[in-house]
Amino acid sequence: MSEGELATPFRERAGRAMRDTFLQEALGIATTKFIGLRREAFADFPEGDALRDRARAIKEAMLQRLDEHLERLAASVERLGGRVHYATTPEEARAIVLDIARRAGARTAVKSKSMASEEILLNEALEAAGVTPVETDLGEYIIQLAHERPSHIIAPAIHKTKGQVAELFARELKRRVAADPEALTQVARAELREKFLKADLGITGANFAVAETGTVVLVTNEGNGRMVTSLPRVHVAIMGVEKVVPSMTDLMIFLAILARSATGQKLSVYTTLVQGPRRAGELEGPDEFHLVLLDNGRIGELAGPLREALYCLRCGACLNVCPVYRQIGGHAYGHTYPGPIGILLTAMLSGPAAVRDLAHASSLCGACVDACPVRIDIPRMLLGLRRELDERRLAPWGERIAFGLLARLLARPRLYRLAARVGRLLQRPFARDGAVRGLPLALGNWTQRRDLPVIAPRTFQERWAALRREDRR
Amino acid sequence: MSAPRRVSLMITCLGDLFFPEVGMSMVRLLRRLGVAVECPSGQTCCGMPLFNSGYHREAAAVAARTLDLFRDAEHVIVPSGSCAYMVKHEYPGLLAATPAARRAAESLAARTWELSQFLVRVLGVRELTSAVKGRVTYHDSCHLLRGLGESEAPRTLLQALPGVELVELPGADECCGFGGSFAVRLPEVSAGILDRKLANVEATGAGCVVACDAGCLMQLGGGLRRRGSRVRPLHLAELLGGDGT
Repeated sequence: MSEGELATPFRERAGRAMRDTFLQEALGIATTKFIGLRREAFADFPEGDALRDRARAIKEAMLQRLDEHLERLAASVERLGGRVHYATTPEEARAIVLDIARRAGARTAVKSKSMASEEILLNEALEAAGVTPVETDLGEYIIQLAHERPSHIIAPAIHKTKGQVAELFARELKRRVAADPEALTQVARAELREKFLKADLGITGANFAVAETGTVVLVTNEGNGRMVTSLPRVHVAIMGVEKVVPSMTDLMIFLAILARSATGQKLSVYTTLVQGPRRAGELEGPDEFHLVLLDNGRIGELAGPLREALYCLRCGACLNVCPVYRQIGGHAYGHTYPGPIGILLTAMLSGPAAVRDLAHASSLCGACVDACPVRIDIPRMLLGLRRELDERRLAPWGERIAFGLLARLLARPRLYRLAARVGRLLQRPFARDGAVRGLPLALGNWTQRRDLPVIAPRTFQERWAALRREDRR
Repeated sequence: MSAPRRVSLMITCLGDLFFPEVGMSMVRLLRRLGVAVECPSGQTCCGMPLFNSGYHREAAAVAARTLDLFRDAEHVIVPSGSCAYMVKHEYPGLLAATPAARRAAESLAARTWELSQFLVRVLGVRELTSAVKGRVTYHDSCHLLRGLGESEAPRTLLQALPGVELVELPGADECCGFGGSFAVRLPEVSAGILDRKLANVEATGAGCVVACDAGCLMQLGGGLRRRGSRVRPLHLAELLGGDGT
C-alpha cells in the first residue's frame, strides 16, 4: 500500500472495503471455505490439541535460546556449502539480496511466495536494480500482474473473484480465458514455465529452517517452490529469525498442524526440503545457496510484551475466523501483515504508534486464539497495546477526555445516577417506543445502523429499592 | 456444596440502565428457586469499557469499588458473561497492587458466576418453565463461550423448557459485532458483522434469539429493531423468570 493510502484513516479504508462488492463476495466465500476445512481437519485429528500444545512449548523454549539455535542453523547450512547472512533491517536484507543478484549477473528472479520478502519490499528493490522479479505462486502472480500487495498471508489474491482474474489476464497477458480456475491456472502455468527456465536467481521464504540439519523447509501447494529452488543457478531463502526449529522431530510436529490450520490439508501438496547447494553427483539444485536471517525488530521483542507473536507460523487461520478481517479483507489494514496477528506484527516491526487505530480493530471475540495452531493470545496483546497507547498519550485527545469522564462517573455512584437522569432528559427528542434513533456526534455511530434502547424510566437499582420497601411492608 | 440460599446480584451498567427487566426477572427466578437475593447499592459498572480501551488505572479504581461492594457476598450472580469474565479473569491482575488486594480479587473471582452457569453448575437446576413458547435460538456471547468456556449451561436450560424448541443458530459461536467501544469506533464494520449474524438468526425461523450478555442483546436488539424484524431479543433470565406478561 502506498504512503497516500495509509494517510487515509483506517475507518475510511475499512468502509471502502465494505462497499467493494467484488471484495465482499470473494472474501465471504473464501473465509467460510477455509473455516470449514480447518474445522473438519481437526475434527478428524484427535491428537491435534496435544500437538498444538507441544508446538507452542517448542516455540517458547526455542525463543529462549534463539541465539544458540541460530548459530547452530548457520553452522549446519555452512557445512552443507551454503552461505548465511544476517540482516538487522529491511535495508540490509535488500542490500544482501541485491549483492547476490549482482554477483550472479541475474536479470530475472523467480520467487516462491514469501511474506518476509514482502516485509522488506524486495520486489521494488529488485526492479530498481534491473532485475525482474517474477512471482510464481498463482495468487502472488495474479497480484503482481495487478500491481497490488497480498491481502492474506497464505491466499494473497483472496480479494479477487475468478471473473476479475480472467479480466486481468485478458488485459495484462492479452489472453482471453474463461473465468474458470482450471483454465486460468493453465494459462499462468504456461507463462511461468518460460520464466522458470530463463531465471538466474530463485528467491524463496522459509516456513521453517531446521537447526540440526540446516534444512530449509518450504510448504506449497503448487510445486513452484520446488522449481524455484532447483532450476536457477542461485537460490536465496529469506526468513524471519523466529522460523528456526531445533530438530527434524520438532519439524514434524509443526508440519502436522500447519496445513491443517491453513487449508485443512493433512499436509500441503508439496513439502520441499532444501539442504544447501547442489552436491557433487546430484543432478539438480543451485550452484549457490544463501540463507538471509532477518531480524527487523524481532530480536528486540524477545523479552517484550509482543513476544508471543513470534510463535506465529503464518498459517492465516486467525484471519479467516476474525469477524473484522472477514468484513474488510487484508488491504484495509494497510501493512504487510493483515488480520489480528498482523496488527501485532505491525506493532513489532513499526512500533505501537503505527497501530494507533488498528489496535482497536478487534471486538476481542477471541476466535483467533481458538484457531491459532500455537494458541497465541492475540486479544491479550491487543489489550496491552491499547494500554500502551493510553499510557504514552498516543490515543486521540477527544477519546482520552471521554474516557476520563467515564472513569469519574463509574467511580462515583451519585454522579452515575445523575448521569442516568440527565441522559433520560437528553434522549427525549430522539426516543420513540422505547428506542433511540438519530443521535448526534459519536453516539450517532451507534444509531446510524442500529436502534439504541432508551435509558429505562426507572433503572434496575431504583426498582430494586422500591421492591425492598414493599418487602419490608 | 450445599445449595446456596443467598446470593448477591451484580446488575452491571447495561443491565441497570437499559435492561432493568432482566434484573427483575433474575430476582423473580431466584426467589422462586428459594434463593434470597441481595443487591448492594451504589453499583455502577465492572470497569470493562475502560479496561478494554486501555485505561487500566481508571478501570482498577472502578474494580476496587466493586470489590468492596461484594466483599462479604457468598455468591455474586452476573447477567452478562462479559462482566463475569472481567471479574473472574481480569480483576486479579488489575488489582495486584498489594498481595492483600490480589487475594481479595481472587476470592471475589471464585465467588462470581454468570447466571446460566450458576443455575446449572451450582444450583443444579434442570427443570424450569418459560414465559415464552415456540421456537427459539441461542447466540453464544464471546466472553461466556471462549472466556468462561461455557456453551452447555444455557443450552441445557433452554432444551429442558416445556413448550420451547431450541434450534441451533448457524455460526452461533461467531461474534455479533458488539465489542464495547468497538461498536462506535468502527460502526460500519460492527454493523456488517451484525448483518451476517442477523441473517443467520432469521434463517432459523425462531421467534426469539436468546443470549446471556447485555452487550450482545443491545447489538442484536438494536439491529433487529432497525430492520423491523419480528424476532425478539431476550435475555435468558427473561425466559426463565418472566412475570408472564
